Amino acid sequence: MDIFWIKAIIILVIFGLSLFVAMYSTWAERKVAGYMQDRPGPNRAGWGGLLQPLADAGKMFFKEDFIPAQANKWLFIAGPCLAMLTALLSSAVIPFGDTLRIDGQEIQVQGIEVNIGILWVFGIVSLGVYGVMVGGWASNNKFSLLGAIRAASQNISYELALGLSLIAVIMMTGSLSVRDIVNTQHGGGWNILFQPLGFVIFLTCAFAECNRTPFDLPECEAELIGGYHTEYSSMKLGFYLFAEYVNMFVSSCVVSALYFGGFNYPFMDKVAEALGNDATGHNIATAIGFFAFIAKALFFVFFFMWVRWTLPRFRYDQLMNLGWKSLIPLSILNIIVTGIGLMFNLRWFSWVAVVIIVAVVAVQAAMKPKAARGILEAAPVR
Amino acid sequence: MSADKIWYLLTALTIVFALAVILVRNPMYSVLCLVLTFLCLSCHYILLNAQFLAVVNLIVYAGAIMVLFLFVVMFLNLREYKEETKSTLQRVAAFVVGIAILGAIVMAVRRLQYPMPSAEKFDIRTGYVEVLGETLFLDYLLPFELVTILFFVAMVGAVMLGKREKGERHF
Amino acid sequence: MQLTNRAKKIDKSEMTLAERMYLPAIAGGMAITLKHFFKKKPTINYPEQKRYLGPVFRGQHILKKDEAGRERCTACGLCAVACPAEAISMVAAERKAGEENLYREEKYAAVYEINMLRCIFCGFCEEACPKQAIYLRHDQFVPVFMSRDEVIYGKDRLVEDMSSRYLREGWK
Repeated sequence: MDIFWIKAIIILVIFGLSLFVAMYSTWAERKVAGYMQDRPGPNRAGWGGLLQPLADAGKMFFKEDFIPAQANKWLFIAGPCLAMLTALLSSAVIPFGDTLRIDGQEIQVQGIEVNIGILWVFGIVSLGVYGVMVGGWASNNKFSLLGAIRAASQNISYELALGLSLIAVIMMTGSLSVRDIVNTQHGGGWNILFQPLGFVIFLTCAFAECNRTPFDLPECEAELIGGYHTEYSSMKLGFYLFAEYVNMFVSSCVVSALYFGGFNYPFMDKVAEALGNDATGHNIATAIGFFAFIAKALFFVFFFMWVRWTLPRFRYDQLMNLGWKSLIPLSILNIIVTGIGLMFNLRWFSWVAVVIIVAVVAVQAAMKPKAARGILEAAPVR
Repeated sequence: MSADKIWYLLTALTIVFALAVILVRNPMYSVLCLVLTFLCLSCHYILLNAQFLAVVNLIVYAGAIMVLFLFVVMFLNLREYKEETKSTLQRVAAFVVGIAILGAIVMAVRRLQYPMPSAEKFDIRTGYVEVLGETLFLDYLLPFELVTILFFVAMVGAVMLGKREKGERHF
Repeated sequence: MQLTNRAKKIDKSEMTLAERMYLPAIAGGMAITLKHFFKKKPTINYPEQKRYLGPVFRGQHILKKDEAGRERCTACGLCAVACPAEAISMVAAERKAGEENLYREEKYAAVYEINMLRCIFCGFCEEACPKQAIYLRHDQFVPVFMSRDEVIYGKDRLVEDMSSRYLREGWK
């Protein structure tokens, strides 16, 4: 029973952590947006605006909770609940740290350790589209429906490339468990060093799965007013927006676990040696690893924001072309190249694909005739 | 709560949702009930210690196929949906065919010889992805490859069907 | 036909693979935003920090008093005539015996009102005034108002307070 309670506390901490990080992501997003646009961002509520998330939540709660007359009431309520549920479920299999040693027992800092961990994440991500679809359809609004349809087709399209880019990592590890994938990266052999192409594809697809800019077409306000959450108000809208930030944190965690060594950090063996092999030393070493993991994840959260405030949105046909005609073939190429490499025991082999692509691109750019560059044309007469 | 109690609860839920799929009038609810049925089936797989099957069931059926179902249902204009009046002959025919199929299934199930599971031969690793992979790629390699060829042909066919023909309107 | 020298060179040739891949352009864009991330912010946090608006800024009106604390305004009405927005209105009164320490001349403004919703802060009243009684302060805005009652400024809010006199740079 003892181990049950420790596990329960760990799960609660992970749950609270993802909510806390998501809450302060809303603050960080506005702060980052401000800094990138040469302004200070929110700074009125609390020191440096740190109470802003609470103020926002308070505002959300006190707004009118409106349900359109022609809407399907129960599905309308179920939409944001589903979005929140699927966002929170996927953090269950992410290994946040190594083991804790309590009373001579080794307890993993992780929700549950299953041998299909990464597939669990993938499965929950594929369910994530239901929240958007159900909410968008139940609103009984053309724009909501269009947003929902866009979200669904975008998620299905990018799931394929996401899964295919994952397969290369799974092939190198030989296991579907996220903890095994992290453990094989122990000692500096982070997967980013062996899977550069897979990483780029995975990251792009993660952006699309989280509905983040440049792939935030489901809520494209220029075309669809507010997309799938046009009719939502009050905390229901808050849940949709909040689910996006939870998703962002979870996918940052997955990226850092799969490609950036998870809770591994340079010289961790020496640190662990210096701290000693007794329970306290081991637990402190685990805590350092935990913070290393969180730091990596937070960097990717920042990266998500960085991209959002840099890039404009894609057009919908560009989005589909990128997914189906570029990312899927590239990820299949990555699988084949990685497979060839594994056959000859060359882990770095997928760099060959990158080098070939870069070479082709460079040659093609150099071959472009000079005459074609810079056609002088008058600017449109005003 | 012991495992068999969970099993009874899950089975009851599965049957309720499965019945709801055919009894509910609104196709949207029907699709969502089907999704819930699949979720319950996945839980059954987990009870059988077959996590891989559970998650693949989730990804393929609940995550991909049912989303496409939902996609189609969303385009239906539900407000103008009217029950088509069926003739008495049609109803009688449907009833007879339904009863016949039910009878056939019941007969088939009664004739079936189950290999009874025994405690000695029980292997906890049967549902694991490693065991499944070995079975698939060692014992059933040829069928597996044939299935991949079938899928490949289907994919090429889909691409050919989806391709815009010459002179077709460009959106 | 070239009318201006603002014509831009536009490259309309087929894009190369590198350009179609977006990635180099994305990296370039992200470098720019990161540069801005670490730049010094030009924002001034208004109520706490204030920008110096210059010696000729036209802010809130003030009815000046002279050194002895007597109101300079004689209610001649030239400011009201000069006002293009017709924001100023006044009622004149005659100075009684014993009020010499309050009003500088025999006639004074018993009521002097400026409608701040109408006022366009052009400063014509200041120019029109022959007695140098009305000025637009360079150091103070008309504050935000919440209801229409607060909009019309009477003498209670316009007449200069002798304990904190308004002085311009040139007068010292």
